[in-house]
Amino acid sequence: MRVFTPSAALLLLGLLAVSPAWAVNPNEMLSDPGQEARARALGQELRCLVCQNESIDESEADVARDLRQIVREQVHAGQSNEQIKRFLVDRYGDYVLLKPPFKSTTLALWLGPPLLLLIGAGMVALFYRRRRTAPVSAEAPLSSEEQRRLDRVLKESGQ
Amino acid sequence: MRRALYLLPVLVFVGLTGLFLKGLTLDPREIPSVLINRPVPEMALPPLPGRGEDSGLASADLKGQVSVVNIYGSWCIACLQEHPTLLALKARGEVPIHGIDWRDDPAQGAAWLAKHGDPYQRVGSDPAPGRTAIDFGVTGAPESFIIDREGVIRYKHVGPITPENWRKTLLPIIRELEKR
Amino acid sequence: MIAETGHFALVLALAVACIQATVPLAGARRGRAAWMAVAGPASALQFLLIGLAFAALLHGYVTSDFSLVNVASNSHTDKPMLYKVAGVWGNHEGSLLLWVTILALFGLGVTLFGRILPPGLKARALAVQAMISIGFLLFLLLTSNPFQRLDPPPFNGNGLNPMLQDPGLAFHPPMLYLGYVGFSMAFSFAIAALLEGRVDAAWARWVRPWTLAAWVLLTGGILLGSWWAYYTLGWGGWWYWDPVENASLMPWLAGTALLHSAIVVEKRDALKSWTILLAIITFGLSLLGTFLVRSGVLTSVHAFATDPARGAFILLLLVLAVGGSLTLYAVRAPTMKLGGLFAPISREGALLFNNVLMSTGAATVLLGTLYPLIADALGLGKISVGPPFFNSVFLPLMVPMVVVMALAPMMAWKRGDLGGVLGRMRLVGLIAVLVAAGTWQLQGGSAGPWWSAAGFGLATWLGLGTLADLAERIRLFQAPVQAPFRALALPRSTWGMILAHFGLALFIVGLTASGAWTTESVQIQKIGETVTIAGYQVTLKAVEAVPGPNYIARRGHFTISRNGVEMAEMSPEKRAYQTPPRPITTAAIRSGVTGDLYVVIGDPDPKGGEAAGYITRLYFNPCIPWLWAGGLLLMVGGLISLADRRYRVGVPARAARATET
Repeated sequence: MRVFTPSAALLLLGLLAVSPAWAVNPNEMLSDPGQEARARALGQELRCLVCQNESIDESEADVARDLRQIVREQVHAGQSNEQIKRFLVDRYGDYVLLKPPFKSTTLALWLGPPLLLLIGAGMVALFYRRRRTAPVSAEAPLSSEEQRRLDRVLKESGQ
Repeated sequence: MRRALYLLPVLVFVGLTGLFLKGLTLDPREIPSVLINRPVPEMALPPLPGRGEDSGLASADLKGQVSVVNIYGSWCIACLQEHPTLLALKARGEVPIHGIDWRDDPAQGAAWLAKHGDPYQRVGSDPAPGRTAIDFGVTGAPESFIIDREGVIRYKHVGPITPENWRKTLLPIIRELEKR
Repeated sequence: MIAETGHFALVLALAVACIQATVPLAGARRGRAAWMAVAGPASALQFLLIGLAFAALLHGYVTSDFSLVNVASNSHTDKPMLYKVAGVWGNHEGSLLLWVTILALFGLGVTLFGRILPPGLKARALAVQAMISIGFLLFLLLTSNPFQRLDPPPFNGNGLNPMLQDPGLAFHPPMLYLGYVGFSMAFSFAIAALLEGRVDAAWARWVRPWTLAAWVLLTGGILLGSWWAYYTLGWGGWWYWDPVENASLMPWLAGTALLHSAIVVEKRDALKSWTILLAIITFGLSLLGTFLVRSGVLTSVHAFATDPARGAFILLLLVLAVGGSLTLYAVRAPTMKLGGLFAPISREGALLFNNVLMSTGAATVLLGTLYPLIADALGLGKISVGPPFFNSVFLPLMVPMVVVMALAPMMAWKRGDLGGVLGRMRLVGLIAVLVAAGTWQLQGGSAGPWWSAAGFGLATWLGLGTLADLAERIRLFQAPVQAPFRALALPRSTWGMILAHFGLALFIVGLTASGAWTTESVQIQKIGETVTIAGYQVTLKAVEAVPGPNYIARRGHFTISRNGVEMAEMSPEKRAYQTPPRPITTAAIRSGVTGDLYVVIGDPDPKGGEAAGYITRLYFNPCIPWLWAGGLLLMVGGLISLADRRYRVGVPARAARATET
């Protein structure tokens, strides 16, 4: 049974929102559009290991092409996305995933942004609270030099 | 307390500087192998034409003695650079070197060996998409793996083997493994 | 000879910079007008000298002087003149020379157009600018000399990366640098203010034009880079969250936050120490970008010469400039007096909200970009952080900001009436919800992603909200006859805000639609065969080989029809460059209001050869032109705001009344 489309066939991914994949050739694609779309979505998340920051769908490197084929074979064979990712991580490590997994080594990465937001919000809350109790300066404030001069004058006049 | 808060940006920056200093000594493109200390992947690769029916490479063949598995291809220029070293190693007979002919038409792989010399004991053919190479976590050629007696991968070497890195890095590991 | 003159000019410029960095600073400290006055002529001289050096290198490229290492490595006689010129900054040394040239240019700008600045502030700011100059000039002279000679000179050069032989990409670096380096001026002003010990509304007013100019240019630089990626890389993507792209986005985010927080300083004399910190951080991020690109610490498709030795030098510059300024901040900032009070719900509160989100956004991008390095340095293994991470974390962060953006201009200063504002936005809100629902229906419900409806709703909220604000300001519905006159009388900075905010709404439309509904068709197409995509019939008529100045192209001729009526011809190319050998795709794009039709011609059928047809990729990218239009509108808004006369003439008289609304 042919898994891949014959070279002369047209393959329309039509109305499906498609992930861009400019290195994928027609004779690599699966004949089932649903499966091909899944393979594409997966490909977007897998790093081309010999390139600099490209996914396997975007790279023309041989390794990328081999991996694209493996991914499609496994999609066609009914493996789940998780299983396919696990297969590749087993061989290449977390490095192959463009979406870093959520595990102990990436805790700071995933929790960082919400934490930063909370800290930011906290500081703003502190800012508002502090302002309520702090004195208000009505005029343009004195520079530190001017403030020192004022202090000196006040001190000299015995206050 | 307020004053301490103003120190925060500087402190964060100091942390970043430390990070960058360390970063300058690292190579972001070097990917360590995740297969170290794991058994060799299951494989039963057919032999290349003209090398004998029984000269293919299977995982079972890697048990019993310390060996080196070398990934190469007739399309690979750096493999050609490494080749004389491998031939010399074969002549010395210190350790068996097996080859995996990666992403090659078997006939081409065999022709390349016929032309440049054959340093390998066993050679398995792994044409595109190179499933076995992927099982080994290979990203380019040449790459070489040191396998111990139990068929466990103990070291991965990326790039050509040179007399220098053989002497300095690879041979000591092999000797160490042979002692066990 | 000319190159040596250029080299010597750089050495002299270093000497001038040393004087400029010390004398005016001492003069400001002691109140000596004569010493402070040294700053102006020194910066003019510095610009002249560095400009001379730049001209010398330019001359080397234009005349193809291959006795210069730099020219030999990056140029070739076959290159068209435009790209020979662009080659000047298409390499590490040349781009650094461009850096210092722009640094000097901004210094000169302050000297020429900053007559209203108080002499102390001006002297200090130019002195700091000179300090940065010293750092980079030393970097150039000691490690990255663009004027090194090669003996014997080669017959021809090594060519330039064919990817760079493109108008978009030729001008993307200069614009980007004008932006990055432009923020150095805000930085210098901030340090000057810290040294003086005073930040007030007048300071914010003086700094604003320089920050705005840098921001507009950086926006342009980023847009150019994205647009180039869009039409070159073959499938219509325009942002990859690549470390170097992130390195330009971070200063942009911080710079946008800076612009907005400076408004609060100016109008209400509040958020001063935060604004100073932002000015330092924005330029710090520019410097960080320089470090990341040139040190080899991160992998990137963009990376220049990756050389840890050079990286160490830039790190030193970073430590001195950013570390030094942040230390100064830690010491001086606490002494700054608190400014005007305001309630959390108010115009200032909304601007603060914008700041928090923008800053968190910038910090998030920084975290994601640096995380692979962090993990490696801590021994946690090699981890990749790619677009899936950034898209899922950064975009949601921006959503609340956009929501508030529509409300903020309507809020009163000091204490705003949220209920009132929301009431006035009732109709806009309703329309936004209807648009979202309509979008959902149009895409066929769950046939597309869930967020497309949200994106359109958000864009409607922002776009119509901005228009509603405009309508209120000109009393369009209360007194329609006078409205046009009121519109003309509105201050330019208000117009700037309206255009920029509306531009963002358009940008969101483009972003959402192209992200959600791009359609693709990849196939082997024979000559004469027709493929249908998005209602267009695309027929491949012919394929020919076309020689170019330094490449051979495979050009495909396509005819585009709609409903059987022929409407266009498109001719994409795939070019094979010779030195160095690289294939580059140039897509053919047909832009319309609803989107772009994007046609790419690839290699012949790998199995059957040319007779069996060619690999063609057809895309329809909905609403992408809205993305570029939105970006351009952002720039236009910024420029109009820059033209606001309040910031140029007669400001000293108003500075005394700076605390008024």
